[in-house]
Amino acid sequence: MKLSKDKVRHVAKLANLPLTSEEEEKYSEQLSKILDYTDQLSKADTEKVEPTYNVSGLTNIMAKDEVSESLPQEDATKNGTNIKDGFFVTKGVFNYE
Amino acid sequence: MNKVYETVIGIEVHVELNTKTKMFCRCSADYFGKKPNTHTCPVCLGIPGALPYINEEAIKKCMRIGLALNCSVNEQSYFERKNYFYPDLAKGYQISQLVKPLNINGQLEVEDESGVTSMIRINRVHQEEDTGKLTHVGSETLIDFNRSGVPLVEIVTEPDFHSSAQVKDYAKKLQQIFRYLGVSNADMERGDMRLEANVSVRPVGQKELPPYRVELKNINSFRFMQAAIEYEIKRQIWVLERGETLTQETRGWNETKKETYLQRSKEEAHDYRYFPEPDLPELKIDTLQLRELLRKQLPELPAQKVKRFFDEYGLNKAQIAMMADSKEMAEFFEEAVKVGSKYKVESIKVANFIINKKVNIEDINPEQLIKDIVNQNTGMISDEKELEKVVKEVIDENSKAVEDFKAGKEVALQVIIGSVMKKTKGKAEIKKVKEILEGVLKS
Repeated sequence: MKLSKDKVRHVAKLANLPLTSEEEEKYSEQLSKILDYTDQLSKADTEKVEPTYNVSGLTNIMAKDEVSESLPQEDATKNGTNIKDGFFVTKGVFNYE
Repeated sequence: MNKVYETVIGIEVHVELNTKTKMFCRCSADYFGKKPNTHTCPVCLGIPGALPYINEEAIKKCMRIGLALNCSVNEQSYFERKNYFYPDLAKGYQISQLVKPLNINGQLEVEDESGVTSMIRINRVHQEEDTGKLTHVGSETLIDFNRSGVPLVEIVTEPDFHSSAQVKDYAKKLQQIFRYLGVSNADMERGDMRLEANVSVRPVGQKELPPYRVELKNINSFRFMQAAIEYEIKRQIWVLERGETLTQETRGWNETKKETYLQRSKEEAHDYRYFPEPDLPELKIDTLQLRELLRKQLPELPAQKVKRFFDEYGLNKAQIAMMADSKEMAEFFEEAVKVGSKYKVESIKVANFIINKKVNIEDINPEQLIKDIVNQNTGMISDEKELEKVVKEVIDENSKAVEDFKAGKEVALQVIIGSVMKKTKGKAEIKKVKEILEGVLKS
């Protein structure tokens, strides 16, 4: 199943990945191979299998509304590449501008 | 009201629940005014491998909102991932509900400015999670994930509104219901409750929905929302009258200029790629049993209270609106009426006294309130300070009697009391005068 370049561009946009045209070509092939690989699943006989999205088969598993300790700020922000006054800092994003 | 065009509005309301913990982890949900990123854990920071765990209390509160809005409960309900790339959620998706929301098909009656009622259909009441808070500073954006994952309920109506007044009434009624239910503080300014209106206009008589809609967003007061809708209706009619077409766009409200402004135009079709959240087991709800249980816990709701106050107390609409405004006010009023009945104080008098004197129910108890009303009715001076003033005047004018009293002549007190009664034309309570006198003379 060949994934069109348009599809690749669309997926890249959704993931906010800037791609060069060579990369688009390359990923189009690679992603197509991945899809072909996973497509083997459609060969499985699922005639007698109920559709589900959850393999545990559990229902109504819920937690009581009781507070437990959160991470200290230093730990929470430890992996951030740019931290200022306890905030994560990112390139300016403006929702509506 | 324009005769050629008709307004069509649908409303989305988001409300943060006041649970102790977040929707899918047990971090404290009490984030307001806290230091940034101090209420987080691997789950709400979106760290790979962290597993969400549903907050039972949030589910119950969401269902109570659904019940209060006359919804049906879905017997099977599950969460889905709404995928989008934006730094307000670290996971890259928001856990929400699309196909099987907790509550569906509700309704709420609203009133327009002339008191005409109509029924608004509610499409769904579903459970989701709030996002982190972004602050834009210069060319940078600061992220605080304390709010990330706080339980958020979304209530979506059908496009059944035809005026801004109906929208305002709806929003106010929802806020009142949230507070009656005790599920949220529903404070607009703090962002506990957020409104979005989808506004469009169509020629009168047209049955189909208009081919566009303008989304009014990020408006944090009822008054501004009403003004924004009014402005938008005029603007859209003006554009159509000029023979131009309107397009899908998002607009905000500029309170200084009193106009809406474009925030985002020609939105690309969203591609959220919803799919069931595999990390969360589904909810199976024994509808009958659960409804019964939750219904028993449901307080008397504003609409029922209004009706009962009308039937039981014969109050008018304005009086009822004030007396049933909050659960606390309603309880105070009913308690005062109960006490009042012993003193032949009618319920209407109680309501009027509370309204006219702008009584703060936190400063006074129902018994005292009734006493004040009774005193006012008999013309008695109920204000102690006023009485004290008169007593002091009398003492100054009757130094002889005061000296006699201090020398042990108890009867001298009667002389002074008599003077007070004369001065107040009998409108003082003797017992009280005596108390004040003794206090002043012995000090």
